[in-house]
Amino acid sequence: MSARTSRISIYLLALPYALVFLLFFVVPLVLVVVVSFWDYTEYSIIPDFIGTNYSDIFRGCVARLPELCTAFATYVSTLKYVFLSWFITLILGFGVAYYLAFCVSSLTMQITLFLLCTIPFWTSNVIRMISWIPLLGRGGLVNQFLMNIGLVDEPVDWLLYSGFSVTLAFVHLYTLFMVVPIFNSMMRIERSVLEAAYDAGANGWQVLWNVVVPLCKPGIAIGSIFVITIVMGDFITIGVMGGQQIASIGKIINVEMSYLQFPSAAANAVILLAITLMIIVAMSRIVDIRREL
Amino acid sequence: MASRGTKIWLGCFFFLFLLFLYGPMITIFVLSFQGPEGGLTFPMNGVSTHWFGKLWEGVGVVDIWRAFRRSLALGFVVMVITVVFSLMAGLAFRRKFKGSGALFYITVASLIVPSIVVSLGIALQFRLIDDNIRQWGQTEEISWIIEHYTTSMGLFSSALGAQLTWTLPFGLLIMFAVFNRFDPSFEEAARDLGAGPWATFREAVLPIIAPSLIGVALFGFTLSYDELARTSQAIGGLNTLPLELRGLTTTVTDPSIYALGTVTTGVSFVVIALALLTFRLLQRRRLAHGNDSGKGLV
Repeated sequence: MSARTSRISIYLLALPYALVFLLFFVVPLVLVVVVSFWDYTEYSIIPDFIGTNYSDIFRGCVARLPELCTAFATYVSTLKYVFLSWFITLILGFGVAYYLAFCVSSLTMQITLFLLCTIPFWTSNVIRMISWIPLLGRGGLVNQFLMNIGLVDEPVDWLLYSGFSVTLAFVHLYTLFMVVPIFNSMMRIERSVLEAAYDAGANGWQVLWNVVVPLCKPGIAIGSIFVITIVMGDFITIGVMGGQQIASIGKIINVEMSYLQFPSAAANAVILLAITLMIIVAMSRIVDIRREL
Repeated sequence: MASRGTKIWLGCFFFLFLLFLYGPMITIFVLSFQGPEGGLTFPMNGVSTHWFGKLWEGVGVVDIWRAFRRSLALGFVVMVITVVFSLMAGLAFRRKFKGSGALFYITVASLIVPSIVVSLGIALQFRLIDDNIRQWGQTEEISWIIEHYTTSMGLFSSALGAQLTWTLPFGLLIMFAVFNRFDPSFEEAARDLGAGPWATFREAVLPIIAPSLIGVALFGFTLSYDELARTSQAIGGLNTLPLELRGLTTTVTDPSIYALGTVTTGVSFVVIALALLTFRLLQRRRLAHGNDSGKGLV
């Protein structure tokens, strides 16, 4: 096989994959940016180059500060869930990964427990959300328990369809995205490095903080990027678990699309994308993702 | 390494985490066998398969079994395409080629661009295609388009594309992991023995990476079967099962929704089990084939 035909065959191999992303990712994203500058009426979208879709989102926002306008309030609320979910999944994910990597000695056991953690990832997210209803609802197990031990007289309402249940669902759904990359990083740590640290007189916390955590940075960064971007754009979990009462950027886009206000939805999408990318660029300073595979 | 105390504490923590993961799932599994008079929460009012029967007849106004079949069909197509395309791309990526860097960054971007944005973009794209086709039909006076054309959006056009942007990156990343650990001396040996590129691939490479391809297939099917966010705006008129499910969460107020949950989770479990079984089978076959020690072969 000559060098030239082999080069051509490489392109042919990559072509179907590349075409899918060109057609269903690159072109759509370009369209989102383009259409965010278009005009629209109730039933049609009109090619144009106007900035009103953007200015409408922030109308009166600066003037009303420090009071938050709808847009700012929605961003703050979305970022609140991003931060909470990120922080909790990071702590939980790190703990789980640490246990799997350093406390389970046999490989078979490690694989089995790891699989146990990943299986829910392959089942339906909606089902995993509604499975909280019999636990958290007014007549749910948690309330029954609280009333039985006499801690409360009446069922607690804030357990379901609230900020609490939204955060809980995010943690429930996405901790795995932290576990896998952090576990991957931990498995690459040479055990002798840890022993050296202990021999040099470091205690458990010092080893954890000065050896394990720095070496897990790439895993932590990858997991964080996953959780942050998923929660940033979420509208389904916030909708189902928030009883359709809590706002998020993703939900604004979803609602605007149901009213066929495409250009306005596109403008919101561009802003969402910009915020997400800024967070990721900040994180990717820490880590070269490709090296980690 | 970790002290005994730490191990015990972390063991408890891990057990609680598993309980947190599986507890709710087990709850709705149990509650789906609620008696006919029972409600959405405990206590159990008898044990029956009443709600599965009700589910079989259909819940609410939507035809849940149609949606189920649509999801299965789409999942299967996504799975096949994901395996084939990411394997091909994985082979290509073993050497640097012009645009390989860009393609890699697009792959990563596809994982981290919020799904709603991708979905919106695809919806926009197909709306513009529809508008153009209709306009073209009118100017060319093609009566079929004027009278019958509604949309090019659908299960196997826009929804398929939307899901592939989510499954293919996982597929390619798995292929990277596979080929990073792949020992090229097997191929060299095959080539030295006179095998052409296709024979080398089929006889040397494919058997070695086959178990990993099962993994890619598992990702392809389950990610598609459960996908919501990307599909939501790009599906057109006929919904997949997860989308119908999301609608049902607000309208259905009896345990039949738990029965549905049990059934879909059951399907996922069957798929996972099949994947694990195939994986083990392939690995065993590979060991049996690859090792001829003690067989007296020359």
